[in-house]
Amino acid sequence: MNPNTVPIPLEAYLLIASMLFCIGVWGLINSRNAVRVLMSIELMLNAVNINLMAFSSYIDGNLIRGQVFTVFVITVAAAEAAVGLAILLSLYRNRTTVDMESFNLLKW
Amino acid sequence: MNIANSTEQICFLILASVIISGSLGVVLIENIVYSAFLLGGVFMSVAGLYLLLNASFVAAAQVLVYVGAVNVLILFAIMLVNKREELKPIAGLQIRRFFSGCVCAGLLALLFRVNLTTKWATPGPQAIGEEATERIGEHLFTDYLLPFELASVLLLMAMIGAIVLARRDVFLTEEEKLGERAGNIIDNKSKAILIDQSTE
Repeated sequence: MNPNTVPIPLEAYLLIASMLFCIGVWGLINSRNAVRVLMSIELMLNAVNINLMAFSSYIDGNLIRGQVFTVFVITVAAAEAAVGLAILLSLYRNRTTVDMESFNLLKW
Repeated sequence: MNIANSTEQICFLILASVIISGSLGVVLIENIVYSAFLLGGVFMSVAGLYLLLNASFVAAAQVLVYVGAVNVLILFAIMLVNKREELKPIAGLQIRRFFSGCVCAGLLALLFRVNLTTKWATPGPQAIGEEATERIGEHLFTDYLLPFELASVLLLMAMIGAIVLARRDVFLTEEEKLGERAGNIIDNKSKAILIDQSTE
């Protein structure tokens, strides 16, 4: 890949991914709705996936190991979403709220 | 600078702006249903970025799994727990948000610095493009066979665990049906047994 004909540098993808990751971190810390916390986690996982895909395309072009890792991350994210939403439903059944401030079930 | 390059750049800019503004909307918009739909838009745009990176298989997997499964699951959860509730005000919430915003901005600055000052090993070897699907299959069944099997076991565990966690266990005895103690039944207006698991 001749660098003069590469239309988009690798750094552009990395900048997008880091912005997405920081937005996800902010939402994870500041959301009070538990569903929104799960959505923020999905945003962070997507940021990591963008990084992996960019590296696998620009640096590891022959053995695309980044794409394999991305497939695994997508798998784990699907499992995490299912279990997280199930936990959320059972919490809602016990507390009748989704406010993160009212979940102190694991407090000693 | 030919027309293919500029088209790719324009597509990248559009996708990037949709990703950033959509994720800001996911985090900031009050109505959570709008947030969930914006999240679907962000996932679709990320799939578009994968297409720009010559990875059509992962883009298809992204659309199928994230938009088709995860986002729909989130929408179902929102519909199940969507009760209008007034959140209790917390003292100093704005200050907390400000400080966490500062921390995130610091993290962002750190990541930007690392991104821009590191000498990445580009240009690497030529990307293989359309052969990527075959190569992913080779990886999955040769050197990544153990993680592949572990992922399948993990999916099975997650599925069974999610069913067990989300199932509504209603084992009411006769006097509990008559009496008023039904602690974990939400819908107090209709105390009917939703899943009758008694054996008679």
